[in-house]
Order: sequence, then C-alpha cells, then structure tokens
Amino acid sequence: MRFDYDAVIVGAGGAGLYAALEASGAGKTAVITKLYPQRSHTGAAQGGISAALGNVEEDSPEWHAFDTVKGGDYLVDQNAAIILAEEAVRAVFDLENRGLPFSRTPEGKIDQRRFGGHTRDFGAAAVRRSCYAADRTGHMILQTLYQQCIKNDVAFHDEWQVVDVVMDGTLLTGLVVFELSTGELHLVSAKAVLFATGGFGRMFKVTSNAMANTGDGPALLSRAGVPLMDMEFFQFHPTGIRTMGILITEGVRGEGGILLNRDGYRFMEKYAPTMMDLAPRDMVSRAIMTEIAEGKGIKGDRKIDDWVHLDASHLGRETVEAKIPDIADFCRTYLGVDPAVEPMPVQPTAHYAMGGIPTDLDGRVTDGKRTWDGLYAAGECACVSVHGANRLGTNSLVELIVFGRRAGNTIAKYVGTATSVNPGRAGDDKIKAWKDRIIGLKKGGAHSGKTYEAMQETMMANVGVYRNEGAMQNAVDDIAGLRDSYTEIGVQDQDSNYNTEVLSILELENLLDLSLHTSAAALARTESRGAHSREDYPDRDDKNWLKHSLSNIVGGKVILDSKPVDVSRWEPKPRVY
Amino acid sequence: MKDDRKKDLRMNITLDIQRFDPERDTEPRRQAYEVDVQPTDRVLDALMHIARHVDGTLAFRKSCAHGVCGSDAMRISGKERLACKTLIRDVAKKDGDVISIDPLNHMTVQKDLMVDQSVFLSKFRAVEPFLKPRKPLPFSSEFYQSPEDRAIIDEATKCINCGACYSACPVLDENPDFLGPAALVAAVRFVFDSRDEGLAARLDIVDQQNAVWSCDNHFECTKVCPREIKITKLINLTKRTIKKYKEGETDA
Repeated sequence: MRFDYDAVIVGAGGAGLYAALEASGAGKTAVITKLYPQRSHTGAAQGGISAALGNVEEDSPEWHAFDTVKGGDYLVDQNAAIILAEEAVRAVFDLENRGLPFSRTPEGKIDQRRFGGHTRDFGAAAVRRSCYAADRTGHMILQTLYQQCIKNDVAFHDEWQVVDVVMDGTLLTGLVVFELSTGELHLVSAKAVLFATGGFGRMFKVTSNAMANTGDGPALLSRAGVPLMDMEFFQFHPTGIRTMGILITEGVRGEGGILLNRDGYRFMEKYAPTMMDLAPRDMVSRAIMTEIAEGKGIKGDRKIDDWVHLDASHLGRETVEAKIPDIADFCRTYLGVDPAVEPMPVQPTAHYAMGGIPTDLDGRVTDGKRTWDGLYAAGECACVSVHGANRLGTNSLVELIVFGRRAGNTIAKYVGTATSVNPGRAGDDKIKAWKDRIIGLKKGGAHSGKTYEAMQETMMANVGVYRNEGAMQNAVDDIAGLRDSYTEIGVQDQDSNYNTEVLSILELENLLDLSLHTSAAALARTESRGAHSREDYPDRDDKNWLKHSLSNIVGGKVILDSKPVDVSRWEPKPRVY
Repeated sequence: MKDDRKKDLRMNITLDIQRFDPERDTEPRRQAYEVDVQPTDRVLDALMHIARHVDGTLAFRKSCAHGVCGSDAMRISGKERLACKTLIRDVAKKDGDVISIDPLNHMTVQKDLMVDQSVFLSKFRAVEPFLKPRKPLPFSSEFYQSPEDRAIIDEATKCINCGACYSACPVLDENPDFLGPAALVAAVRFVFDSRDEGLAARLDIVDQQNAVWSCDNHFECTKVCPREIKITKLINLTKRTIKKYKEGETDA
C-alpha cells in the first residue's frame, strides 16, 4: 500500500516519541516502530538523566558541558555539548511537568545522585547531577512520553520495519516498510523522516542491549550512501552481569558501591585517584580488563571472560531496596545473589554506540559537506556529536530529550514550508526489488544462527575494550567473510503473516554492515582516545586524529573520510581523573 | 577440567510448545523440541536457539531479554511469566524434564506464541493514563512532590504492560469487557498521584462495573506479575477510596 505523511518518525524510544510530540501538531504525522510502543530500549535505562538543577549541591550547566567534553576525550563537538547541558535543565522540568515520577528530596524536589565523570568546578570532585527515579529512570521516561502520545493522539504503526529509503539525490522521498502482521511491503512518502532507531550493541557477544538493537536506521542509510560517523567508538559499560551482560547501573557506584578485585582491593584507587569508582566508563572498563589480565580477576585465569566484584553490601538493605531495587531483583533472578548481602560479579558489557548517523544541532543529516533534505536523526542512532569518544553516564537520556525535541521542532517548521515529495518510479522499483528479495529468502538456505554467533564472537574478542592491529584486522576479515556467506542464509518460514524469521535475517544484515564499519574504522584510527583503546598506539594523537571519522562501504570495503571537531570553547588537555 | 564441569551442568530438556499458524492450521497443535541447556539459561535463550538453529518458523516476541520491556510474556509450565526472566532451573530440574510453553490467555493467537494485544492495549489507553495536573504547570520549574506522596504511586509506576496479569485473571474468563488488572494499575497510578486531579477526574473510569467492581479478589494477577506489583491490593485500595469519596469523607 501507499501511505502519505508530512512527517514520519521511525522508532518509538525516547528520541522518537519526543520528536513525535513536537512534530505532530504541525502536520500529518506517524510513528513507525518495529516493536510495540513501551517496548523500546529507552525503558532499560536505569540510573538517571543529568541536569545541573543544583537541587542538592551547587552545580552549573557549564560544568556539565565541560565534563561531557572531557569525558568524550575532546572528540565532542563543544557547541553541541553546551546545548546539551543548558537545555538539559528545561528538558528535566518538562518531563517532570508531564508527570514523570522522579525520586524526591525531603523538600519534594527532584533528587540527584552522583554519576561517573560528572564533577563540580571542572573536575574538583564528584557532583550530584543525575536526576533519577530509583533505577528505573528510562522506564519512567518511556512511559511518560508514551502517556503524552496517548493524550495528544499521536498515530502509530506498530511492528512496521523500515527496510529501505528512496532518495532523489540528497532528497529523501520515501521509505520502504515491511509490515510484520501481513508481510506486505508499503511505500511511505513523507516530507520529513526522523530516524530514531537506537543502538546496535547486538553485534557483540556480551551486551546490555535489547535484541531489537540492530542498528536498522544507520545500516540502511549507509547502504543509501549516507556516511556514518565515529563508528570506531563503542562504549563498554564496566558493570554488566557476568556472562549475560545485563546492565548494572553506574548509579550503584553513585550511591557508594565499589569495585573490588580477587584480593578485595578497591583497585580504582590506582587508576583514578580523585574520582575512583566514578571515573568515566571507558577508564573503569579498562581498569577491570587490566586487573583481569594481571590475574586479579575473581577466577584469576587472565582470560577475557573473567570478572570482578561490585560491592554494595555496605550500603545496607534499606538503600539497596530504595535506590537500586531493580538491580537487586536482576541479581536475585539471574545470579541468585542478594546485593544487600554479597558482591555482584560484573564484567564490561557492550553498551552504547557513540557513533552513528551524522547530524547537525537540529537533527538534520549532514556529513559537513552535504545535507540531506527531509532526512533527520536523533538519539543513539545519531551522532551529533555530544559523546565524542566516550559517553558519560546519563547523557544518553539527556540527548534523547534535548535533541529529540530540537529535531521535532525543526521538522515541524520544515513540513510547514516544504513541498510534497513523490518517490515515483524509484519507489516502485524498490518495492519490486524487495518483493523479489523476500521471495529469494523463502527459497531456503542456511539457518542464521552460526553467522550471528560468529559475528558476535569476533567483535567481542577483537574489537573490545582493548584493541590492536592484528586483532582488528582479524575482525575485519571475519566480518567480510560473514558478509559474503550471508547470501547463503534463507528462511524456512513460508508465511506472509508474522514472519519473524525474515525480519531477523534483515536485522542480521544490518549488524554485519555496522560491524564492518566499526572494525574497519577502529583499525584505521592509529591512536587511543576514549573508548577506542589500542595496545599498539596507547596515546591520544591530537595532531593527526582530533577529527571525526566518516565511513562508507563501497564494494565490500570501508572507505574513510573525516569531519572537523568543534573545539571552540575548551582546549584539549590530558585526561586525568 | 573446567569444560568437563561445564558439561555436567548441561541438561537435555524438552520444550513442548503450542504451535498455531493461521495460514496452515485449523487447530492449535503441539510440537516438542529437545534442547541442550544450562540450568542458568533463560527460557528465552532456549527459544532463540530453536529459532536461529533448529526451526525458523517458530514465532514469538522478545526484545530486552531481562524483564523490563514486557515483550515475551507467555505461559511457561502453566503459569504466566516472562521468558527472559524465567531460568531453566526455575521450571526444570533434570535431564528429560518437559517445559510446556503456551501463548497468553484472553488474547487471540496470531501465530504460535504471538497474541493480539490490541484489545488489551486499547483498555490501557481507555483509562486516560496521563497526568491531569491539579494546578497549572510551573513549566520552568518543578511540580513538587513529597517523598511520601511519591512512595504511594511507586508500585503502580513499575508496570511494563506485559499482559501476564490479563492472561491470568479468572474474571476475564467470564467477562471479556472487564478492563483487567493492567489497565486498572495504570488508572490507579494517576488516581493516587498527588500532582493529579486524582479520583475526582477519574471516577467515571474506575467506578464502573467493568472497572474495579469486577475484581473478585482471586489474586492471580498479583501472583504472576513479573514486576511484583501488588495489583489486587491496589484495586482494593481504590475501591475503598471510591466509597469514602462518595460518602464525602475525603476530597481525594
């Protein structure tokens, strides 16, 4: 079928829903989501959303912006970080006014807790900046925004998977959509399309990410010729539940939890004397992997699947149940461990893509030279960049609200003046090609499982916390091989309706493409910066590498280009905590 | 040595799954899959293994894989649970054990374990689950709430709308028009929010035969809730509050 809208939002997480609320008043708007609303991964965010409210101690947006820049190892665009920090205050008030049930101070104000890398006075000490709702902050944001969408009668297409875009030069004219319930392929035209499809942590074996986090937006735009930015920077959160990767919020350490090695030693003293356990995530993950490599992990066998302990037992039952109740529940359910009594076994888990679809400050997709008309991105799939080489905890939620709102506003203005678009013949051709492709998949072939697992294994082993040339080259080669053999995969399921198998194979293709971007961009960057940490190039190299990378896949190979970083406010300095 | 020990921990169990494909089947059928698992695997891990390696036609929903998105509620060994929050050891003890897996009740099966949530979710939307502020919004500052007032709504804010309670509720066997536990939890979350107009603005929704008054205190919803929300208690609290309100004893 054919659908015509003024604005289409792809994705129903925090950025998508916020943008939909802003844009829906200006024209005929729909949210297209591959899940049902309320299922998006924003709901899994735990620890908080930072804003310099100063509710419990002195704070300022300028400090927040500086921390963001330093946390990102100076690859952050500083003009964007300033907007992030300044608009965070209004964003939090707005969510609160819409009903978000934040945890409160005794005076009834929004309570705030410490989080990694967030400091007062440009690094003097940890500051309480993260506004939170126990350890369910993302859940409350997602619920509150969806409640507002119900109130404002925002239209949704549930379980619609966008599989392709139709472009006329740099003008986006349409979307190709696979409807899960019927297997129909729809052509959707819109003057403006916002991609807010979230992250792609599922390329790694151990990840905190949902199964739906397959990077559909960045992957399909990349295939349409949009370069992806800073793909080598992938954050490993230091505290995932051992083996499973389930997130244990940094808020545990914000509330006073500490990391211990097998000797019971609080090893962060060594690596970050001032911030200790509340150093930024890249540094804490490296510290854990260094302890493990030195035989100080709990097993002590120096292998990368070893772990350390996160201890919150000294905080007491009351604090654990009040401040981190879901963490306690996860630990009891999956580990049989009660964190009020014993330490939690944790290891770094693939958590967040700093890179993605390059945008300007208003969500327009641009690589610095070209700007795509009618095409926008926001949230984890986008790269503004406010996170640079390493995102600070809580700043993902800030980004969703601040840049989701800015993109939604920009779209609202744009659809008022833009003329209608028509995918025309190119759209019909794409629909035909996709029909053929799905018929082809149904001719059968190998199961997808082996490819899925091989991709996750090589990415985890070779493009993880610590990297080197040989390992990354192995990953590039492995992924290239898996992309070649991908064509041998087919589906058993011959149905039109609810063919989840077709969907999962298309998602796998997206992850393979993004794995190639990530491993190849990482191999090319011959320095260590933020989450990209190379054993063979241990130092930051501002002379050659203070620049964003842009990557395209051409003929199975990644072609790299660059984009300047905005360093207009703070001069890059060594990064010490 | 390590590997041997790991092997000992593996079990061979059977997942006995209700299948139904409306394009091919006239009746639901059952299919058994033998899977090699560890006791600490999630039931969802076993389902994913089947879908990716054994039988790609098996249809089910999933996403977060740790009990917060609400996608994979189903009946496992006869009880409503999230497949990602149920470990094999919770429902199977030894080699050869069988775990039955069925779709949720009170929703039409779309395919295998996928059910039509449209009526369930329309009931959620029908309770107007959004803040109706009791005074003008401050906009550039906060709408204060005491920790005590915040604590009153804590339970209800945890709901992920997975539908487990809706499937377990015996009242829905007899009365399909009952709003059901989840929608009532959504209503209650605002009835008791100190910042909301509360019961006064929501009486028409909750004070109905198909709303709180259909609840018969079976407690099945409370027993199955993967978020451990004391749903029945919240419904009873609402009933008492409505009575008091109507008697003019409270201005809630």
